[in-house]
Amino acid sequence: MDYLIHLAILVGIYSILAISLNLVVGYTGLLSITQAAFYGIGAYATAILLTTTGVNFFVSVLLGIVITAVVSLAIGYILSKFRGDYYALGSFGFNIIVFSIFLNWQSLTRGPLGIPGIPRPEIFGFTFSENIHFLLLTAVFAIVIFLLAQYITRSSFGRVLQAIREDEKVTQVFGYNTIFFKLTIFVIGACMASVAGSLFASYITYVDPSSFTLAESIFILSVIVLGGLADNTGAVCGAIFLILLPEILRFVGFPTDVAAQLRQATYGLILILLMLYRPQGLMGKYKI
Amino acid sequence: MKKEFALTVNKMAKHFDGVHALDDLSLEFPTGEIIGLVGPNGSGKSTLVNVLTGIVNFDEGYLTVDGSKKIKKIQAYEIADYGITRTFQDSRLFEQMTVLDNILVVITKRGVISSLFETHKDFHLAHAYKILERVGLIEKKDELAHDLSYGQRKLLEIGRALAMKNGTGEHAEIFLLDEPFAGLFPEMRKVVSEIILEMKQAGHTVLLIEHSMEIIRDLCDYLFVLDSGQLLAEGEPDAVLARKSVVEAYLGE
Repeated sequence: MDYLIHLAILVGIYSILAISLNLVVGYTGLLSITQAAFYGIGAYATAILLTTTGVNFFVSVLLGIVITAVVSLAIGYILSKFRGDYYALGSFGFNIIVFSIFLNWQSLTRGPLGIPGIPRPEIFGFTFSENIHFLLLTAVFAIVIFLLAQYITRSSFGRVLQAIREDEKVTQVFGYNTIFFKLTIFVIGACMASVAGSLFASYITYVDPSSFTLAESIFILSVIVLGGLADNTGAVCGAIFLILLPEILRFVGFPTDVAAQLRQATYGLILILLMLYRPQGLMGKYKI
Repeated sequence: MKKEFALTVNKMAKHFDGVHALDDLSLEFPTGEIIGLVGPNGSGKSTLVNVLTGIVNFDEGYLTVDGSKKIKKIQAYEIADYGITRTFQDSRLFEQMTVLDNILVVITKRGVISSLFETHKDFHLAHAYKILERVGLIEKKDELAHDLSYGQRKLLEIGRALAMKNGTGEHAEIFLLDEPFAGLFPEMRKVVSEIILEMKQAGHTVLLIEHSMEIIRDLCDYLFVLDSGQLLAEGEPDAVLARKSVVEAYLGE
């Protein structure tokens, strides 16, 4: 049972990450592959604040959002100079830079040693130390972020994001100074990822740089491509699917001596088949 | 108070790798008229519309809009404030959005914050439905623009330009239509020419790029003929089209 709760918490955290990136990639068409950097900033903000200053978890979430907003505004501004494939490559670079900072700013992050002993969230004397309680907390955050994403994407603002994705120049011709729209959604997406990071740090009670690599950003991108771009429910479905699929494969009954390898290969094969036969993803309305 | 000229182009030049797409071109668009723009392929018609709408920058010269001061550089996102709206020769719709959303996106508020907290949804929807009725696409409203036929795409582009609410309302509105009739069936042509005439009746200025001389004679009050980025002739359509140099420019195409 605890195993299922653990998976559900991960699904919640990855749902937040997927929703956040989907706003940027799926709706606005900015192929950003640096979401793990913002996820990491949130995680480290909570880790450092909780272990050194002892502020409340929820305060650390807010401070993480503020730091992420500033950093993502700068990164988003520089990335706004890039187009298409170059945007993706530029965003790679920022993920690597932020990862290097986590790894090398040892006085702050303890580098590869990581930060252990992060306490669980506490509010009005109640501590979310039981996983089932932490799951409820994660669910509340995930639902709030899902509803926020639904509001944004259904607003006039959300429609403009899609227009930018379809044809930025034409969107400008109709009076939109598109750079502000792109920056706004980039920062909103980054802040949501930061919240996921805070939850992750407090749940695992330990952070180190290895959780926030480029590979993690690519994984988040896979989640939304599989779940379906430009659909918030799709992002959640993608998270459920990609977190649970490797776990389900544990119960398939591969011969024990090659089980791990077969699981990996089957996992890869399923992803390839899915993309081949359903390129718009599980729920998606839009193909890259 | 509307000025005599809705838009003026002054000594404008645009070079592409040594080719003079626009060569020291000066034009004055009379306010409230339908102005034809003709010329052989490559004469600079689409380039003119592109530099006027910030799609490409021009190298030299300036423009004025409704008696404004000299505009030496214009960004695509600024043209709406000057009251300029355009269509594209090859329809550039928001492909993976619905027909309705293609219209709504040009009606709603243009600021980041104001669009995020937009409150006039029903009002905008009513306006969009009216536009879609006008161009005969109301039954297609929930289909993706991508799935429309060629003619329907052209009509949606016209509808999108028509739906546009420009600037502050102080300016005369200017519509730059790049071959809106090309490839349309007769009944669709009729809708488009009616819409253009309605634009004129509303006091707007229309620039119409068109290859059919019949349409030019029917609709236009004034005509510019471009050749190699220069103004070859201008004036009343019938008189201009009768000129020998104009006929030669076309036959020599």
